[in-house]
Amino acid sequence: MNIRSCVQVDSELDIVAARQTGREMAKDIGFSEVEQARIATAISELARNIFLYAHTGTICISYLEEEGQMGIQIESQDRGPGISDVQQAMEDGYTTSGGLGAGLPGVKRLMDSFHIQSQSGSGTQITGIKWLR
Amino acid sequence: MTTRIPILKLERYLLASIQIELDDQTALQFQEDLLSRIKETEASGVVIDLTSVTLIDSFIAKVLGDVIQMADLMGAKVVLTGIRPAVAITLIDLGITMDGVLTALNLEQGLSKLKQELEG
Repeated sequence: MNIRSCVQVDSELDIVAARQTGREMAKDIGFSEVEQARIATAISELARNIFLYAHTGTICISYLEEEGQMGIQIESQDRGPGISDVQQAMEDGYTTSGGLGAGLPGVKRLMDSFHIQSQSGSGTQITGIKWLR
Repeated sequence: MTTRIPILKLERYLLASIQIELDDQTALQFQEDLLSRIKETEASGVVIDLTSVTLIDSFIAKVLGDVIQMADLMGAKVVLTGIRPAVAITLIDLGITMDGVLTALNLEQGLSKLKQELEG
């Protein structure tokens, strides 16, 4: 099993490639069909955000093992315009793209933990983790 | 190259079964193809079967929601069938509600729902 896979997001088709990579890894780790769908959907949303707002970036998916617990980590990284108000972006229903994405609160609900770091003008880094129960 | 989703005519209904993983372009092409087929065939109802679909993200949900509204504007009712538990769960997690959308468990129930809806 791959420990870490990264997908470069430059086009709409890379969104599909990223979520397929994530789903395969989730399946290998032993996640159920529902959890695989949650993980793949979260990746799809993060990859789309990269494509929409930063145009280019990477999605990295890693296998995690901590204190005997297995999990998967998704990292989304771009050097786009960044999010000027992260708190506002984490509110349900907030959009700057005319409602193309469900946005970050939806991604947060799909994952067990969610961390975002963004600075206006220098890009966004988002990390999400899902643990195998 | 964009993949086309086959749309079949059955009596006065159209039937589309999505059996591939949808990318954005394929979803948009399907939207256009379905509306053209409604016009051509004068169909009064459409069943979109999602039994084989394992992922619906917010973009695909938006395209599906839009095509249902567009078909409605043209005078055709759409019913979505076969949404998997995993897909239903992730849609709700994402915060996407498909208000006013006709749904059914399977194709058979979808067709009878359409008949009910159209014949009253």
